[in-house]
Amino acid sequence: MQSGLVQHAVSRLLALVPTLLALITLAFFLIRVAPGGPFDTEKVLPPEIRANLDAKYHLDDPLLEQYFRYLGQIVRFDFGPSFQYKDWTVNELIAQGFPVSLTIGGLAMVLAFVLGTMIGILAALRQNTYADYSVMGVAMMGISIPNFVVAPLLILVLAVYVGWLPAGGWEWSPRYMVLPVITLALPVIAYIARMTRGSMIEVLHSNYIRTARAKGLPARVIITRHALKPALLPVISYMGPATAGLITGSVVIERIYSIPGLGSYFVTGALNRDYTLVMGVVIFYGLVIVLLNFVVDMLYAWLNPKIRFDEN
Amino acid sequence: MCKHHKDQAVAGSHRRRWPGRAALWLMFLLALVACSDAEQEPDTASDNRPQPVPLLLVDGQPAPSVLAAEQVIYRGNGEEPQTLDPHVAEGVPAANILRDLFEGLTTEAPDGSIIPGAAIRWNISRDGKTYTFYLNREAVWSNGDPITAEDFVFSLRRSADPRTASNTAHMLLPILNASEVINGRMPPEQLGVSSLDEFTLQISLTDPTPYFLGLLAHSSTYPVHRASLEQHGGRFSRADNLVSNGAYVLKKWEVRSSIELEKNPRYRNADTVQLERVFYMPIEDLATEVKQFRSGKLQWTYEVPNAQFEWLRRHYHDELTISPWLGSYFFGFNLTREPFIQSPSLRRALVLAIDRDVLTEKVTRFGEQPAYALVPPGIGDYQPAVPEYASWTQQERVAEAQRLYAEAGYSEDTPLRVEIRYNTSENHKKIALAIASMWKQNLGVITELVNEEWKVFLQNREQKVVTQVFRAGWISDYNDPYGFLEVFRSGNGRNDYGYSNPGFDALLEQIAQERIPARRGRMMVEAERLLLDDHPIIPVYTYVTKRLVDRRLQGWQSNVMDHHYSRYMYMLKSREEAERTRARRAEQPDTASGADPEPAASGQQGEAAMDAAAERRS
Repeated sequence: MQSGLVQHAVSRLLALVPTLLALITLAFFLIRVAPGGPFDTEKVLPPEIRANLDAKYHLDDPLLEQYFRYLGQIVRFDFGPSFQYKDWTVNELIAQGFPVSLTIGGLAMVLAFVLGTMIGILAALRQNTYADYSVMGVAMMGISIPNFVVAPLLILVLAVYVGWLPAGGWEWSPRYMVLPVITLALPVIAYIARMTRGSMIEVLHSNYIRTARAKGLPARVIITRHALKPALLPVISYMGPATAGLITGSVVIERIYSIPGLGSYFVTGALNRDYTLVMGVVIFYGLVIVLLNFVVDMLYAWLNPKIRFDEN
Repeated sequence: MCKHHKDQAVAGSHRRRWPGRAALWLMFLLALVACSDAEQEPDTASDNRPQPVPLLLVDGQPAPSVLAAEQVIYRGNGEEPQTLDPHVAEGVPAANILRDLFEGLTTEAPDGSIIPGAAIRWNISRDGKTYTFYLNREAVWSNGDPITAEDFVFSLRRSADPRTASNTAHMLLPILNASEVINGRMPPEQLGVSSLDEFTLQISLTDPTPYFLGLLAHSSTYPVHRASLEQHGGRFSRADNLVSNGAYVLKKWEVRSSIELEKNPRYRNADTVQLERVFYMPIEDLATEVKQFRSGKLQWTYEVPNAQFEWLRRHYHDELTISPWLGSYFFGFNLTREPFIQSPSLRRALVLAIDRDVLTEKVTRFGEQPAYALVPPGIGDYQPAVPEYASWTQQERVAEAQRLYAEAGYSEDTPLRVEIRYNTSENHKKIALAIASMWKQNLGVITELVNEEWKVFLQNREQKVVTQVFRAGWISDYNDPYGFLEVFRSGNGRNDYGYSNPGFDALLEQIAQERIPARRGRMMVEAERLLLDDHPIIPVYTYVTKRLVDRRLQGWQSNVMDHHYSRYMYMLKSREEAERTRARRAEQPDTASGADPEPAASGQQGEAAMDAAAERRS
C-alpha cells in the first residue's frame, strides 16, 4: 500500500502542472479581452507617456511574446510589478496579504470544523427530536443569511453599541480577529453540521455499526472509533476547496471589516485591469486549491479503507 | 480663493481677542492681494511674504491646557494610494497624504488660499511669463540635506520626463517647453526651469498663467530628494527610504491597512505643527468608515455614504460637515452621432425638460445646489455664465422644451429614442432614471438606460461610437475656470462630446494669453456662455464634499479644493472644550463675520450635497 500511495501522490502532483497551465493561459487571455486597459483613466495620457508606460510593462510586445515572457516569470515565481499599486510588486502584495487571510481563514476553518462536526454529530444522535430540528434550523439560517448582513450587524452591536471590539481595521491582535473569523465561519459551520449529520445518520444505519452495537460496545466507542471516520469523509472532501476559498480571503469580509487580505485584489485588480495583480492572485489561488485538493485526496485514502492505491 | 468659511472651520481657531481675528483675516487678504497684485505690478511683488501660516498658528494656537495630551489622529482615506511617488501619484487619497509629506514652492492656507511654501517669496516678470523663486535658505530635507534650487530643477524635469510616466504631468503644461518634453520631442533639460544660484529658481512659462502659483502646490511639482531616489530607485517612496520636505515623514506603510506619518522635526515650521502622528486609514467601504467613526477609531472620514446621509444629519449634526467642492456633475451629448449632430434645439429641449430641483431634492435628496452652468461657483470671484432659463419656472422651461422638441420634428407618434449610458453606481442610476422619466413625461422621449463597468464606460465615451447621452462630470485639479473650459477644446483628449466650435477654441487661445484678471474673467464667462448655448452638456448639480469630523479636531477650514493639511490641525482635550470654543465664537458674531472678506459666499450652497464616490474613485 505504501508504494502505491507514493506513486499516486507523485502522479497527482504531476497532474497539477497542466491544470495550472490551463488556468494561467485562460486568465492571461481573458483579462486582456476585457475592454479598457490598466492605464485608461478619466484623464487622458499624452501618447508619449502612454507609450512609455506600455513599454515599461511590456504591453507593446506581441501578445504571444508577453504570454511566454509571463510563463518564464511564473516558473521563477515572479509575478511582476503591480500596475495599480505602483510602489509594490505582486509578490510583495501577496506576501503582505496572505498571512492576514491565512490567519483569519484558517481560524475560521478550525472553528467551523470543530463546531460544525460537533453540532452535526449531536443532531444525528438525536435524530428527529426537537434538539435536532432546532440546531438544523439555526444551521439553515446560517447558510441563508449572507455575510454582508451578518457582518454589519455584528459590528453595530459589538463595536458601536457595546464597544467591546474594534469596528474593523487590522492589527495582529485577537481583538481584531474575533468578528471576521465568526462571520467567515458561520455559514461553513452550518454547512459542515448539515453534512456531518447526514453522513453520520447513514453510517449509523450501516451493518458494521449494527454489529458493533450487537457486540455491546458502549455508544461513545462506537461513535469515536467506528462511525466518526467514515462519517467525516464527505466533510473532508468539502473542506479542500472550502479551505482554499477561506484562506485566500473574502472580498465581502475584507471590505466590511477593512482587512488588508488577499480577497479584495481579485476584484480591484480586475476592475482596474491590473493584469499582473489579477494573474498573480488567480494563480496563487489556483495553486492553493490544487494543493489542498491533493492533501484531501491523501487524507481520504487514509480515512477510507475502501480506497487503496495498490497496483491491482 | 478666500471663501466659504464655514462655522466649524472658524470655530477651530478659537481666539479671545478680536484684533487677533481681524489680523488673521487681514493676513489672508494680504495673501490674496499679494497674489493678484503680482499680476498687475510684477516687479513690486517681490515682497511677497504674507506668512499667514505662522501667524495664524501663533494667534490660533490653543493654550496647552486645552490640548489633548496625545496629538494623534486617524483619517479615513478612501482607497489605498497607488503610489507615494509625488510625480506619479494620482487620485485624492494619495494627494491627501502627499500634502502632509511634501511641500511645493507654494502651499495652501487652511482656507485653500495660496501662500509661500518652500519659496519664501517670488518675482513675476512684467510680461507674466518668468517667475523667480527665492527659497528658504534654512529649509532642509527630513534627512538634514539643504533644499536647493537644483532639487526643484531636477524634480520638475523628472516630473515632465516621459520616462517617469507621470499621469499628472499635464499640470506642468504652462511651463515653457513642457509639452515638447512630455511628448518626448525635447530632452527634459530643455524644460523652462533653471537655478540662478543655490537658492534661486527661475521658471519660464509659455503663456502668462494667472493660476500658475496654485499649480506649484500640486504634487506633480513637489521636490523629490535626488540622492535617495538614485539610491533606492522605484523603492524610494517606501517607509524606510522616503526623504521628504513637508511637515511629516513617512513612518510606516502597511498596504491597505494604514499609513503612519510622524511629525518632521526638521520641517521649517515644525514648532507650529501640533499633531505628532497622523494615520491615514484606507477604508473602501463607506458604511464601515462611518461605523469606525462612531466607535471612536476615526476622527475624520473620507466621505459619508449617501444612504445614511439623512440619519447622520439627524444624529451627528455637529460632526457632519458639508461644503462646496470644485466639481460639476452633468450628462453629455455625443455630438458626432445622430440624433445630436445638427440639432441644438433638440439638445436644448432635453436640457430644459429636466427639473433640477426635483433631482436634487427628491432623487438624491441631499438638497444639493442645482447647476445650470459648467463651472461650479466658488472659484475666486468668477461668476459662472448662468443661462437665462435658470430663472424661469419649470413650467416655462417645459413649455419651451415641448416647442423645441416639436420643432426638431418629434411628436407623440414619432418620439425620440435615446440611450443614457452611465457607469454602474446606484446614484448614477437613480439620476438617469429620473431624467428618463422627466423626458418621458414632458416630451414623450423613449429612453433606454445602459450601465457599464467603469473602464468599459470610459472607453465607449472616448470612442464616441455607441454613446448618445452619457454621464459625465469634471473635478478640476486647480482653482481656475480654465480647467473646466479646456476640456471642451476641439481635439482635447477628454472631449468625449465631440464638441468643436472654432469661436470657442479661439477664445480659449485668447484667455491663455490674457494677463489682466478682470478681462480674462470676462472672456472666460463669454466662453462658458458660448459653450452652454451650444448645449453639449446637461448640467445637473455642483459637487459637494461631506464628511464626519470629530468635534475635538480643530484648526482646519472648509475650502473648495477640499485640501486639508494635517499640520494645521490639533486635538482638543475634550468635547466640552470644543463646545466652549464654539460658544465663545457665538458670543462675538460681529467679529466673526465682520472680518470675513466675503461672508455671503458660503450661504449660497453651504447645504448642498452630492455623491462624488464614483469620481473620487476613478
